[in-house]
Formats: sequence, structure tokens, C-alpha cells
Amino acid sequence: MKITKLIPALICAAALLVSCGGSNNTVATDGSTSMEKVIGALGESFTEKYSGKNFTYNPTGSGSGIKAVLEGNCDIGLSSRALKAEEEAEGLVGTVLAYDGIAVIVNPENKVADLTIEQIADVYTGKITNWKELGGSDAEIVLIGREAASGTRDGFESITNTKDACKYRQELTSTGDVITAVSQNPAAIGYASLASVKDSVKALKVNGVAPTEATVKDGSYKIQRPFVLVTKKDTKLSDTAQKFFDYATSSEAAPIIAAAGAVAVN
Amino acid sequence: MKRRKKITLEAVVHLIFLLLGLITVGCVLLITVYLIISGIPAIRKIGLVPFLFGKTWTSTASEPSYGILPFILTSIYGTAGAILVGVPIGFLTAVYLAKLAPPRIKSIVEGAVSMLAGIPSVVYGLVGMLVLVPGIRKLFNIPDGACLLAAIIVLAVMILPSIIKVSVNALEAVPKEYEDASLALGATPVETYFRVSVPAARSGIAAAVVLGVGRAIGEAMAVMMVSGNVANMPGLFESVRFLTTAVASEMAYSSGLQQQALFSIALVLYLFIMLINATLNFFLKNGRED
Amino acid sequence: MTGKKLSAKRRAYVGIMKTLMYISAGLTCGPVIFMVAFVMIKGLPNITWELLSTSPSYLSDRIGILPDILNTIYIVVTSIIIVVPLGAGAAIYLNEYASNKKLVSVIEYAAETLSGIPSIIYGLVGMLFFCQFCGLKTSIIAGALTLVMMNLPTVMRTTEESLRTVPQSYREGAFGLGAQKWRVIRTVVLPGCIDGIITGCILSVGRILGESAALLFTAGIAHTLNNFISGLTSSGSTLTVALYVYAKERGEFGIAFAIAAILMILTIIINLAAELVSKYFRRKKEL
Repeated sequence: MKITKLIPALICAAALLVSCGGSNNTVATDGSTSMEKVIGALGESFTEKYSGKNFTYNPTGSGSGIKAVLEGNCDIGLSSRALKAEEEAEGLVGTVLAYDGIAVIVNPENKVADLTIEQIADVYTGKITNWKELGGSDAEIVLIGREAASGTRDGFESITNTKDACKYRQELTSTGDVITAVSQNPAAIGYASLASVKDSVKALKVNGVAPTEATVKDGSYKIQRPFVLVTKKDTKLSDTAQKFFDYATSSEAAPIIAAAGAVAVN
Repeated sequence: MKRRKKITLEAVVHLIFLLLGLITVGCVLLITVYLIISGIPAIRKIGLVPFLFGKTWTSTASEPSYGILPFILTSIYGTAGAILVGVPIGFLTAVYLAKLAPPRIKSIVEGAVSMLAGIPSVVYGLVGMLVLVPGIRKLFNIPDGACLLAAIIVLAVMILPSIIKVSVNALEAVPKEYEDASLALGATPVETYFRVSVPAARSGIAAAVVLGVGRAIGEAMAVMMVSGNVANMPGLFESVRFLTTAVASEMAYSSGLQQQALFSIALVLYLFIMLINATLNFFLKNGRED
Repeated sequence: MTGKKLSAKRRAYVGIMKTLMYISAGLTCGPVIFMVAFVMIKGLPNITWELLSTSPSYLSDRIGILPDILNTIYIVVTSIIIVVPLGAGAAIYLNEYASNKKLVSVIEYAAETLSGIPSIIYGLVGMLFFCQFCGLKTSIIAGALTLVMMNLPTVMRTTEESLRTVPQSYREGAFGLGAQKWRVIRTVVLPGCIDGIITGCILSVGRILGESAALLFTAGIAHTLNNFISGLTSSGSTLTVALYVYAKERGEFGIAFAIAAILMILTIIINLAAELVSKYFRRKKEL
């Protein structure tokens, strides 16, 4: 069992030892973990289109990605929130690549299907504590959210205007954890990137609008955030990085971004 | 001439081995120095007392507060709980394995125990999340099952291997004459094991318990997935955050003072571990002298 | 009368203690059986050739763990290559050279401390020292070096244990023939402790396979296919880190359990190997 697994691996390792890529043909990106799917798909199709070019993505989080651009440790930073004023003052430019809906999710058993933003805010700040008050069954609402400093939490709390006021029952460290926790508990409510939502949970309508690609794009689905490519204002990108930047923001890339669950700007 | 060459070679080799021997000391120093250097600035800024005894942790609020008392207490309660559950089970299993079990069963159970030790902690977390957390919710009829109790159960299982292995070794090292004497005086085998062998192996067993404490307080990945991870003061059914999970959950995105504060938490955790190690060393030394 | 009473009490004591022991042994085995069965049932059906032999693709929505398998091999090989000479050397120093008792106890205390430090702290210090201070960034080599620190005490301890079983008379014999110390170590001591080194390696491999916290911050979570040389300096996830990422970031439980099943099978193999090695060498030494 073990040997049959090892042999192909070793062969591949040996084969790969021969090939090696140069670094000025590489575009290095660093940042948001929420953008993993989108940027991974873009990188893959980019390297397919331009042979000989390499693409690396280091999923470290929006904050670290922005810092990495500033310090010159990568070509393009990835942020799942808009740049702050002080970050722009340091000479950074943000180019919105796509928009991502943040779905408010409940257990499929839950009868509630539609909430307003105010109701969601009341739920998360603890003003509404029972599903009964929202037309559901008599059960205490279990609030599930993300850890502090997560881009998703930042986006959700700023749109629902609940910053620092959420009374979480669980603060989980990843999208997958939130979806699992909600799918295991009929009284739970959580939020997660629309791209990652699966059948094991139900996405709520917000103000009567279901989260879809179309409603995120036309802005009628309110809870959304931008995916931003961060670059330096005064420093020119390397040829490869510029090629990738142009490619990612072109209309050619839009279907790839859409397939990865986000909504392209162009 | 040749002789001198040989002597220098010997000296060089000796020096190389000396350096290799000192590497462990170097590693410990490196870790200590780095944790102190990176942990002190935040404590300075926040103040030692507000940091250690503050009850609220809101690291990303517009007016952040960095009090880690909830984490400290959770780590202590969680570890104590895991010891309370895990030690009796581990101890009795160890006595069974060391003295009572037939060789076949012994080798099977010991295999199972090393299996338990080899399972990655993420898998514990995953199974805990899918089985234990919903189970606790249904069993106790509470809104959500991710709580201190879930973490205690996971930790109790995770520390079993260290407790069992070290205790078995200690019990097997008890001289056979002790037991023979007790048996000859008319005590039954079980009485002998508990009243003669166990007291004789007490420092080894104590070391096993301390080792378990160290394992429990240092575990991060598994408890992060089952404990709910909110900075509440600990309660059995409360969603809680440990020292380890506080570091692990915010590290990836943190910056500035928040990141420094996380290093300070790591420093506090490290001090706990050093204390535990010193205790462990004390028991082990005692064991050797007995 | 009293004798009879006492014996009833004693019988009860024996009975209760025995029952408690059986229950405890059962409680220990229960979770093992449950977890192994749970993981195998959920994981084995998801292990496919495609999973093992491809790298993940976002475009075709495919998940493959070949890069993770390779990264695991890279990290294991690199750590072992570095940790063996260091750990064995330290053990040889302690057992063969060191004469200063205080120094020996300091080194031993340091080794014990190292083995008690939780992996999350290794991860942090590895990140600060290897990734940032040494400029290695998030890379497999930084992860491997962090693991070297973690596994140093293991290799040291197993080597020391087997050094103690090398009979003193061998050394004395060699010295008596006029050999210098280094020669004695090379020809007599090292061959004698090879079993300890191998056991240490096997235990270290087991620990590396199961490690996640220390590697997340040092080796990163990229799933890129790399060759060994360029792999060392780039970020890459091992199987356990991939398991963590797929379960947590992506919610892909099928894949996560498949990896968990593979890791469990490897764990069983490693445990068996460790036992076989120690049995083999024990028999060899007895001969």
C-alpha cells in the first residue's frame, strides 16, 4: 500500500528536479485567504495562457498582504477589504478586481428564510435572542462568527453596523468551520463567503434579495465586499506582474472569476 | 609531529561533539530570548496587571482592550478538567497493562495507545466537531455544544497515551521482590498492585500526570475546533478560548500591538510550560534517587 | 467473625478495583476504535488515484494531494538529514565525552524542556527566527528547521538509550588496543547505537507527519507542485496541514477524511516499523 503510493511520487520528484523556473518570470501574490479560489483560478489560467510564466500565491491574510506589498516582498497584494485611508497615504493603490457576497447562513431545518439587515443586526447584537421572534421555531439563536481581524467579519460587521457589538457564541477561524458549525446546529446562524456556501447550509435572503451573482453585481444584495489588488503607486510592476494584472482585470478573466464564485467588475 | 596532529584531531572532534551537545541548550535559549524580546513590548504598553488580570479581550475594537485572564483561567480549568477525567482512566489502565493483562491483550491495548498518540490533533478536532459537539448539545439540551466540556473531553483522550506510557514504565520498574513479599504475607495480587507497586512507583506516576498537564495546556489545534473560541470567562458550558488558541486563531491576520500582545500570550504560556517542566524534572529526579 | 467480615471487604475491594481497571482499559480503547473506524469509513471511499496523483486545479475544480505528499517527503527528508547528526552527536557527547556533571545535567534539562514545549510555540519562534530573522520567509526549509528543534530531544534520547547498551568492555577493548577516542567512537560506539538512531528517526517521522501548528506559520499552506530544490525555498503544506486547510478553509470533509485515513495508515506502519526495528536489534544484540 505504502510502496505503491510512494513510487509515483518519487518518480515525479525525480522528474521535477530537472525543470526549474527563473524568478523574473514569476509573479508573486500575497494576502487574503478569502480570495484563495478566485486568485488560484486566475493564476492557473494565467500560467496556462503564458507558458514560461510562474505564479505564486501566499495565503497570509489581507493585512499581511498589504504589508508585503509595502515592504516589496511580493508583486501584488490581495485584500478582501477596501484599503484604509492611512494605507493609501503610504502610497498604495487598490484596484477592485471583483465583489464577493457574504451569505448569511442558517441550518437547512430552519424555517426562517428572509431577514432585513436591521433584523440581522439585532440578532447579532443580542436584541433578538429567539428564532420565535423572527417567525421560526422556539429556540435560542446561536450566533456563529469569525475571529477578530478576519476580512469576512470586518465586511459583515461594517455593513450591518455591528462593529464590536456582536455577542458571538462561537468565533471560528475559518469559513469551513463556520459552515460546519451551522450545519450541525439547527438553531445556529453564521456568515460566510458566498463562493464557499454549500448545500449543507441555507443562505438567507437579505431585504428580500437572495444572494446570487446577479444580485451581488447590481448591488441589490447588500452584504458584500470587494476583492482588491494592491500595488504601489510609484513603483512600476515587473513585466510579468503587469501582464498578470492586465489579464486579471480584463473581461477575458471575468468568466473565470465567476466560476470561482465571485463577481468580476469588468 | 604525527602525534601532535592526532591530538589536534582529537581536540577538534571533541570540540565538535561539545558544540552538538550544546545545541539543545542553544535552542532553549533561542526560544526563551525570542519569546521575551517579542513578548515584553506589548506587556509594557498594556501594563502587566491589566494584561494578566483584565477580563476583556477585544483586540480589534476601535478601543481595544487586552486582558487575558479569561484565557489563563480557561487553560487552567481545561487542563484541570482533562487531568480529572484522564488521569484516573489512564492510571487504572496503566496498572492493568503493567500487572494484570495477559501478554496478548497487553500488546493489543498498547498498540491502541500508540495509535492514539499518533493521530494528528486536527483529526481529533474534526471528529470532535462532527460528533462530540452535536452530542453534547443534544445530551445536555443546550443551544450549542461547543464549550469547555467538549474541550476537556478531547484533551482527556489526547493526554491518555503520555500518562499510560510513563506510568506503565514506572510500574514495570518496581522490583519484583516488593510484590513477592506482599504476596507471601497473604495479600491478594490486586491489593499488592495498589498498595505496594503503586506507592513504589509514585514518583514515576506523578511525572506521568505532570507530563499530561504539559500536553493538555499546550494543545492548540484540536481544542480550537471544539471550544467555541470566544473570550468568555470559563464555565463548563460556556464557549471559551485557551491561551494556545488565542495565539493560533488571531496570529494569521494580526498586526501591530495586537500581534505583540499575541506574543505576550505565548510568553505567558511558555512560563507555564517552564514551571511544569521544572516540576516534571523534580519528580523524575526523585524517581531516580528512590 | 471479624476475619470473615474483613475478607468480604477485601473481596469487594479486589472486585471493585478489577472492574474499574477493566472499565478504564475499555475507555482507553473505545475512542481509538471509534476514531479509526470513523475516519476510515469516511475517508477510504474518497481515496482515488486522481486524488493521489494530481495537483489541485481551481479551473477544473479538482483536488489532488500530490504536491502535499511531495512536500511531506521533502520536509521529512530535510528534517531527518539535519536532526540525526545533531541529535546523535549530542547523545554521543553526553555519553562518551562529557565529564562535567553540571554540564550534563544542564544539557539534559534543556532536552527535557525542548520536548515539553508545545508546537504552537515552536511555530511562533520558527516564524520569528527562521522566517523573519534568517530571511527564509515562509518556506519548507524554515518548517524543516523548526521541526529539527522539536525532534532533537527524541533522537537524542533514543540514541542515548542505545549507547548505554553498548558494553563498556567493547570500548575498553578498543582503547586497550591503543585506539584513539574518535576511532573508538567511529568503529565501536556508532555501529552500536545505530538502532537507537533508527528508532529516533522513525519516531521523528511520526511526529512530523502529525504536526500542524508548528508548520502553519513556518512552512505555509501552498499546494504548488515543486521539485526538491525549489521546493525548499517555497511555501508548501504537508499532508496534515493540507488536511487542516481542506477541512477548515474549504469545508471539503471528504478530502480531509481521505487524508486523515492515509495519515492513520502511515501511523500504523510507523508504529509497526518502530516495534520491528527494536525487536530486530534486540535479537541481534542477544546473539
